[in-house]
Amino acid sequence: MDLTILLFLVQDGITNGAIYALLGFALVLVFAVTRIIFIPQGEFVAYGALTYAMLQGGHVPGTAYLLPIFAFVALLFDLYAERSRITGAFLLRQGIEKIVVPLALLFAAREMAGVSTVSSLILTVAIVAALGPHLYRIAFQPLADRSVLVLLIAAVGTHLALTGLGLVFFGAEGQKADALTDFSIDLGPLPVSGQNIAVYVATVLLIAGLYWFFERTVQGKALRATAVNRLGARLVGIRTKGTGKIALALAAGIGAVSGVLLAPMTTIYYDTGFVIGLKGFVAAIIAGLASYPLTAAAAIAVGLIESFSSFFASDYKEVIVFTLLIPVLLVRSFASKHTDEED
Amino acid sequence: MKFKFSLMAAACVAALAMSNSGVKAEDGVLTVGATLSTTGPAAALGIPEKNALTLVPTEIGGLKVKLIVLDDAGDPTQATTNAKRLINDDKVDVILGSSTTPPTIAVSAVAFDAKVPHFGLGPMPVTPGKERYTVIMPQPVPLMAAGIFDHMKKNGVKTVGMIGFSDSWGDLWLGQFKAAADKYGLKLVADERYARADTSVTGQVLKLVAAKPDAVLVAASGTGAALPQSTLRERGYKGPIYQTHGAVSQDFIRIAGKAAEGVIMASGPDMLPEGQPDSALTKAPGLALVQAYEPKFGPRNQFAGHPWDAFEVLKRVVPVALKKAKPGTPEFREAIADALVIEKDIAASQGVYNFTATDRYGVDERARIMLTVKDGKFELIK
Repeated sequence: MDLTILLFLVQDGITNGAIYALLGFALVLVFAVTRIIFIPQGEFVAYGALTYAMLQGGHVPGTAYLLPIFAFVALLFDLYAERSRITGAFLLRQGIEKIVVPLALLFAAREMAGVSTVSSLILTVAIVAALGPHLYRIAFQPLADRSVLVLLIAAVGTHLALTGLGLVFFGAEGQKADALTDFSIDLGPLPVSGQNIAVYVATVLLIAGLYWFFERTVQGKALRATAVNRLGARLVGIRTKGTGKIALALAAGIGAVSGVLLAPMTTIYYDTGFVIGLKGFVAAIIAGLASYPLTAAAAIAVGLIESFSSFFASDYKEVIVFTLLIPVLLVRSFASKHTDEED
Repeated sequence: MKFKFSLMAAACVAALAMSNSGVKAEDGVLTVGATLSTTGPAAALGIPEKNALTLVPTEIGGLKVKLIVLDDAGDPTQATTNAKRLINDDKVDVILGSSTTPPTIAVSAVAFDAKVPHFGLGPMPVTPGKERYTVIMPQPVPLMAAGIFDHMKKNGVKTVGMIGFSDSWGDLWLGQFKAAADKYGLKLVADERYARADTSVTGQVLKLVAAKPDAVLVAASGTGAALPQSTLRERGYKGPIYQTHGAVSQDFIRIAGKAAEGVIMASGPDMLPEGQPDSALTKAPGLALVQAYEPKFGPRNQFAGHPWDAFEVLKRVVPVALKKAKPGTPEFREAIADALVIEKDIAASQGVYNFTATDRYGVDERARIMLTVKDGKFELIK
């Protein structure tokens, strides 16, 4: 192995690691706010990548149709839950959120498919991010006060349902998008593509954006308060129901961005997201599902280990990556004080 | 409460009675059951197979064809349940499926026990002594591998680097290579693995390129085969790249783009019936398939050929079997099993079948063509 190969492997590892970091953030975020171990995060990545690839190719993606359906079901849930106190203002807000916006996005997708890379990108993130809150309303809000285990089971169910819907809406064959840009720069022997740079920039921007959101905005502070103490947050007037939806919108948005970044680099299938999501999960677990900077560092480490093991022992690559969890969990279980589940 | 319980019990008994009565075989109807993997990881195979089943003849030898298609999601347990249901409840005369090797083996076992003729749509090893009821539509891997190794030998390839799926498909090809390497004077200099869901194969490709092989063989399937193809070209590998028949599809060209140019692939003949000489027996059935398939379901693929060919075989064997017995009877099923080895040179889109008591694939070199990609289109290598 010479220096060039080493550099290539490091670059490959950091690029993949950056994507895993984004997924890890979303998992930490959702867990902190809602206590859901969010298995379906990978599906958002696949949906994002496939939506983007289809929009770019001039097709209307299935997610554009899925969104109004999800929104309508969520609307029925809300109407039933609030049936005794429906007001005009409530109906108006629900109508805009669950009928007008989804249909507007569907219309935009039909009109703007294949127009430009930028419009495809924005539409993809908008459509997939909008799926998040409705998904929360349908699958998780009715269970919001249940134990972590119940929420985990709901998450697994959601994952299976979304994978199935992905097959229906995107078909069984994989998709690959065109690169955001053909730009490429040589750093010594190492060509760095515009796509690689886009991945790094997006990751850094998202970290900065999340920091700003959690430190500087009321919404972000409400999310943090809910994460720290759900009951306390409700006592000081924070609508904890709303925070779950925001968390899932953010997670879905981050997933969509990761998908858009991945789509030009590899072939994405309707069921690819799960394994990619699991690697983000490894990073999030190493960081104890709590710390964002630690998640980022762990994700880069996972990317590097994956890249080097694919060079030295490609047979055992997945084994090596997932086996990492065992020593980490061992150390964590010895280091931390044991507390029982809440029930 | 008591009333509710007795009501439920009554409903259960009624349901049981209905399911037990089963379906009585109708006169003049050939019942064909199929279990396909139309969902799950093998959906890319199962969906085109299901599509092709909408195009097959509705009448064979004066019999109306009744088709029942079930989904097994690629799961051998589900395939077993489906096969039992088709045989016991629907009383099928023949059974098709499944799409990949493990569920096909499962269906074959059920079919052998029930003595029902079975057309496997995934390649599978046949246990000696249990051949009688199963024939297999897809080409056996050694036949396709021989085409690739032969092409390598003719073009002076001495060293080969392999990159394959880390699953049974990759293992199968590695086994083929090791078994045939001496015969063709080939040497394996690198053996790398990857998974379909991998976001990058840079590490593996760097190692391949560093080993400087004369040619690279990619043992993968579907669009997943495109990733090493494009990464190899990106990393400056100039030698020939070989792909297995698992990779031959329009989607492969779509995903690999320019990197697909010049690839050498073994393929079933139904991918390019237009390019075949008029004398080829596979030309007419192949053309009929693509002309029926493409307007309705989009680009052709190899998987649609397998159920289509099962019906090409049925068209030949059912009239022979009808002389002996009526459909829906065990005698008829025995007669079909007999007719499978009596009929010779059964022309189909994927090959010319000559089943014998022990060769249940029944195909020869006519079931293989070699393809390359030029200007984004498949072209025959003569």
